[in-house]
Amino acid sequence: MTCPENDLFPDAKGHYGVYGGRYVAETLMPALLELERAYKTIAQTPQFASELGVLLRDYAGRPTPLFYAQRLSERLNGARIFLKREDLTHTGAHKINNTLGQALLSQKMGKKKLIAETGAGQHGVATATCAALFGMQCRIFMGREDIRRQAPNVLRMKLLGAEVISVDSGTGTLKDAMNEALRYWVDSVQDTFYVIGSVAGPHPYPLMVRDFQRIIGVEARAQILEKTGKLPNRLIACVGGGSNAMGLFHPFLDDPVEMIGVEAAGRGIETGFHAATLGAGSVGILHGSKSYVLQDQNGQIQEAHSISAGLDYPGVGPEHALLKDSGRVRYVSATDEQAMEAFGMLCRMEGIIPALESAHALAFAVSEAPRSSKDHVFLVNLSGRGDKDLGHVSEIIDQTNTPLSR
Amino acid sequence: MNRIETRFQLLRSRGEKALVGFLSAGDPSVSRSLEIIRAMCDAGLDILELGVPFSDPTADGPVIQRSSARALAGGVSLHTVLDMIAALRKDIEIPIIVFTYYNPVFVYGARRFYEDAVRAGADGVLVVDLPPEESDEMTGQWPENALCLIRLIAPTTPEDRIRQVAGSASGFIYMVSKTGVTGSSGLDAGMVAERVNRVRSATSLPLCVGFGVSTPEDVAAIATVADGVVVGSAFERIIEENIENRDLSKLMAETVRSLKAQTRTAQPAH
Repeated sequence: MTCPENDLFPDAKGHYGVYGGRYVAETLMPALLELERAYKTIAQTPQFASELGVLLRDYAGRPTPLFYAQRLSERLNGARIFLKREDLTHTGAHKINNTLGQALLSQKMGKKKLIAETGAGQHGVATATCAALFGMQCRIFMGREDIRRQAPNVLRMKLLGAEVISVDSGTGTLKDAMNEALRYWVDSVQDTFYVIGSVAGPHPYPLMVRDFQRIIGVEARAQILEKTGKLPNRLIACVGGGSNAMGLFHPFLDDPVEMIGVEAAGRGIETGFHAATLGAGSVGILHGSKSYVLQDQNGQIQEAHSISAGLDYPGVGPEHALLKDSGRVRYVSATDEQAMEAFGMLCRMEGIIPALESAHALAFAVSEAPRSSKDHVFLVNLSGRGDKDLGHVSEIIDQTNTPLSR
Repeated sequence: MNRIETRFQLLRSRGEKALVGFLSAGDPSVSRSLEIIRAMCDAGLDILELGVPFSDPTADGPVIQRSSARALAGGVSLHTVLDMIAALRKDIEIPIIVFTYYNPVFVYGARRFYEDAVRAGADGVLVVDLPPEESDEMTGQWPENALCLIRLIAPTTPEDRIRQVAGSASGFIYMVSKTGVTGSSGLDAGMVAERVNRVRSATSLPLCVGFGVSTPEDVAAIATVADGVVVGSAFERIIEENIENRDLSKLMAETVRSLKAQTRTAQPAH
């Protein structure tokens, strides 16, 4: 079950086994090489770690609590469920851990402008927040459809001084926002730092984002040991690109702990309308790295479908692909409906409104807990809060006549 | 000698530079695309870059994004593109380069792609998002070297890297005139000249310059310093604006003639 060789990834060229790498146009290669050098020489110094540590504590509000969801656990009458409360960070999701790290690095590299792609808007908000904090210019690329689904976050980004650019190409979701951010970066690469929000993209992004998100797992590991005196039986996190899951999982890779990544099954994998890249995709190259992707037999990338904008992505981080193949992490999926049910349950049972993304991880915990023994512990990453989703949730409630409480 | 070398030798003897045309294969349809290409070749096109449409063309501007989307809507795949090349080879002698993103080739299979492309009559391939750091996985599966590997050199490519990139290229070098995606404006001929001279000292391969080249004036300016001029978005824009026009092929041929005229300004080499 343990896998000590995980510290070896990625290799010098950014490969995770056959995955990862740098599949980008030549114009961007020098920028990626520069970023890799800067990441090694600047971001991995004790001074950088200490500066970032202060920001994470005093600005982002870390450490985030580990909360025992007692009423939910008792109701499910099985495993005890603990929630890692990333929703309680400043800006309301784990994304800030990474954007603070990348923005601090961009400062030290002398870049003046930040750009980012965003799906649910949490990464865009977190990037815009850092830009305001550091006094930098900021442009956020967001799909037209996501702008509609996540209106509050669009307003937040604008209030924070960022320019939000609506991306109309493709399906107007995260994939297209990332395409457009890459196109913009190709033109502005000399003075602009591209803050990628997931463990996806070309090397060194999957490595850098993982390292900045590892704090989730490092804290959670110490907290669960303190609260229960033992390691958890299962870690559960949702996977779109996979940054919150990688952040939670990575510090536990050498421990005898089962790990489960929950992808979005949308309307059901069998319908074709889903975002279960690891569960139903195949190996390909998207946005600069090799991993699993949703694609047709000719290598054209297909649309993903999920109720949750943050999971609505036809790719996934390359390290997840490796962890899937090695069997170290099990990847499952939850449908829109299952996520909505878990969403409602957490609201009513614990007084916590989770992000629809995180509700996918909860959905798995909710379905599995009753089948597990009461001395089992599930540690679920509550990656973000659901305020951003309220408009969208309200539409769904109206469409489906779901009662608000039962 | 392969068709690319032959063509550049011929051009040198005539005192001409290469007019390289990029088209998204199968836009607006396979049959019209073939008709357009034949007309452009008759009008004096020197090298054809045939673009494999891709769902996520991150290095392309809006014009080529749309042309790619039109071709995809018509069901064009890498398969189709290779079939088109085989059809064109029956009556076209100029070099044909497959211009593609990596994923369609990866999914097709690198070896199978090599074999089918060579059999169809392709002379080279340019994989936009496959830098030297990653390209061994493709070329390592090629049984021989009958297919030239055209590489990109960008304005951001530093000196030492120019040697690395050029050292693993064959056929010619595609020099990107400016940072940014295809079809963007703001060609700086002075800067291009300086860059061309710098790359010349690193390689003996012919240098073709593209991105942002659209007018006869642009072509004339580039032709005085480089060995070839690549025009893409300007052709695609004409296609887009004349999809319903029966004289589209004629229009494309006229454009090729007017651009080609600008490549004949140099003195013949002796």
